[in-house]
Amino acid sequence: MTFFLQLVVTGLAQGMVYALIAIGFVIILKCSEVFNIAQGHFVLIGGYLGWTFLVPFGLPIWAALMAAIAVAIVMGLLIERLMLRPLIGQPVLAVVMMTIALSTVLGGLATLLWGAEYKAYHGLLPTITMKVGEISIPSESLIGLIVSVICVALLMLLFRYTKIGLAMRATAEDLQVVQSVGIKATTVYAASWVIASVVGVIGGILLGGVSGANMDLALIGLKAFAVVLLGGVNSIGGAIVAGIILGMLENVAAGYLDPLLPGGGLAQVFPFFVMIIVLVFRPHGLFGLAHIERV
Amino acid sequence: MGLRTGTFHENYAQEMAILSSRRQWGTVAALLVFLFACPLFLSDRMLTILTTMGIAVVSIHGLNILTGYCGQISIGHSGFMAVGGYTSAILCAKLGWPFWAALPCGALAAGIAGLLFGLPSLKIKGFYLIMATIAAQFIIIWIIIQLRSITGGTDGLLVPKPVIGGIVLSSKTNYYYLVMIFVVLATITAHNIVRTRAGRAFIAIRDNDLAAEVMGVSLWSYKLQAFFIGCIYAGVAGSLLVHYVRFASIEQFPFMDSVWYLGMLIVGGMGSTAGAIFGVVALKLLDELVTVAGPILAAAVAPQAAASLALISHGMIIIIFLIFEPRGLHHRWEIIKTYFRLWPFSHQETE
Repeated sequence: MTFFLQLVVTGLAQGMVYALIAIGFVIILKCSEVFNIAQGHFVLIGGYLGWTFLVPFGLPIWAALMAAIAVAIVMGLLIERLMLRPLIGQPVLAVVMMTIALSTVLGGLATLLWGAEYKAYHGLLPTITMKVGEISIPSESLIGLIVSVICVALLMLLFRYTKIGLAMRATAEDLQVVQSVGIKATTVYAASWVIASVVGVIGGILLGGVSGANMDLALIGLKAFAVVLLGGVNSIGGAIVAGIILGMLENVAAGYLDPLLPGGGLAQVFPFFVMIIVLVFRPHGLFGLAHIERV
Repeated sequence: MGLRTGTFHENYAQEMAILSSRRQWGTVAALLVFLFACPLFLSDRMLTILTTMGIAVVSIHGLNILTGYCGQISIGHSGFMAVGGYTSAILCAKLGWPFWAALPCGALAAGIAGLLFGLPSLKIKGFYLIMATIAAQFIIIWIIIQLRSITGGTDGLLVPKPVIGGIVLSSKTNYYYLVMIFVVLATITAHNIVRTRAGRAFIAIRDNDLAAEVMGVSLWSYKLQAFFIGCIYAGVAGSLLVHYVRFASIEQFPFMDSVWYLGMLIVGGMGSTAGAIFGVVALKLLDELVTVAGPILAAAVAPQAAASLALISHGMIIIIFLIFEPRGLHHRWEIIKTYFRLWPFSHQETE
C-alpha cells in the first residue's frame, strides 16, 4: 500500500509539471490555433536562464525571476513577430513544422550558450518537503502544485478583468467577429505567445531549481501533449486534471509493470499509448469542446 | 504546365507520356548514365553520401505520397523505417533468409504497421494525426526494445552481408548500384502511383476531404491505402539502410529523423516527385556542410558550437523556406524551367 501511495504521490509531482507546460500550450492554441511543439523548449530555456541569473550573475531569487520573465517576454514577442506572423492563414503542416523548427533552433541556442551541460542550482530556491506517514512528498510536486495554482489564478484574473484578456477570449471564440469590432488579432497572438513563453520559463526555473537544468527538460514537452489531448486541447482546467491523472497513471503503470517487462522504460512511452487511445476513442479529450472537425 | 515551343501533342498516348519529347528522354538517359557511372570517378566518401541520399530518397517518396499527395501528415516515418529494417534484419540474421526475400517482407511489415497506425486517421486529422504518428514512432521503438530476444534490444543486431544471386554486396560500389536501382524504381513507381485512380483520390482527399467523400471517394479505403503505400517505401528504405550498415540499432531510426524527413519534403516542395529528390539532396548537402564547418567553428568559437550549428542550421533552413518559399525548391525549379521554355518572351498567358 505504501508503495502504491508513493507511486501516486510521485505521479502527482510529475503530473503537476506536465500540467504547467500544458497550460502554455493551451493558451496559444486557444487564441491563435497554433499547436506549439516548442513549448517544452521554453521550459528548457527557462531552466538554463534560472541558472544563469542565479549562479553566474548571483542575483537574488526575485530579481532572477524578474530578469528571466523579461527575457521570456522578449523571446515570446520575437518568436511571434518573426516566425508565426508570416504564417497566419497557412495550413496546419506549415505552422506545426515552424514550431518544430523553432524547437530545434531553441535547442541549438541552449547548446550553444550553455553547452548542453547539466547545471544544478539546488538550494537556491526554497525547498519544501513534507512527510505524511511513510510517504514523502517531493518538493517538486509541492512547488509544481503551488506554481500551477498561482499561474492559473493569475491567468483567470487576466482573462476575466483585463482588456487584453477579454480580447484573447473573444479571439478564441470567433476571429472574424473580433476583427470586425476593431480588436487587433496580431496583438492577441503576441500576448498569447508572451504568456506561454513566460509560463514555460517559470516552469523551467522551478524544475531546474529542483532537479537541475539539462537538455532532457525539453522532452517533457512531448509528454505534455498527451496531457493536452487527454484534457481536451482547449481547456485549461482540463490540462491540470489530465496532467495529474496522466502523471499518476504513468507512475503506477511503470511501478507495477516495469519489473515484468524485459526492456522496462514504460514510463517513457506510457503517455504515447494514452495519446493513441484518446485520439481513437475520444479525440476531444475529457473536457474539450466536442466541435473538433470529424472526417 | 505548358509545352516547349514547337512541341505538340497529337494523340492520347503523347498526352499521357511522362517524357514528351526526345530531348527529355535524352536528358533522363544522360542523368541515369551519369548516376550509374558515378563509382568510376567518385571517392568512397562521396559514394557513401550518395548512398545515404538514395536511401533517404526512397523513404521520402513514400512520405511524399502520404503527406504531399494525400495530406496525411506523418512524423513517424523513421519509426516505420525501423519496422522494415528490423523485420528484414531479423529474417536475414536469425532465420537465414536471403536478402532479396527479406527486403519485400520488411517492406510489407512496415506497410502493415502503417495501416495499424493509420487507423486513427479515419477519425482525426491535422494536428491530432501528427500527434498520433509521433506516438507511433515512440511506441514502435519501445516495442523493438522490449522484444530483446529477437531484436537485440538496445544492443542492436548484426546483419550478414547481403547476397543477390551469388554476388556478395560487400563493397560500397556494389551497394551503391543496388540503392540506385531502388531509387530509380521508387521514383518511377511514385511518379506513376499519383497518376492512377488512387493517386487522384489522394489528391482529392488532400485538397478537400469533404468534397472528395461527397464525390464518392472512399476516405476509409484511400487513406489507409496512402498509409500502406507510404510505409512500404519506408520499409524498403529501412531495409536498405540496415543492410548497408550491416547492423540494426534503434539509433538509426531517431525521432528527429522523422522530423527532418518532413523538413526535406518542405524544402523540396510537397506533392512533387522531383521535389522529394531536391529536398533530400539539399538537406543532406547541408548536413555535409555542417560536418565540414562544425570542427572549424568549434575551434574558433566554442567546443559546443559544432553540435548547435547542426540544430540551428536545420531549424533555420526550414523556417526560411516556410516563410519565403513555402512551395519549395521544386517551385523555384519550375519557374526557372518556364523562363527558358518561353525565352525570349517573358511570360505566357495562363489559365
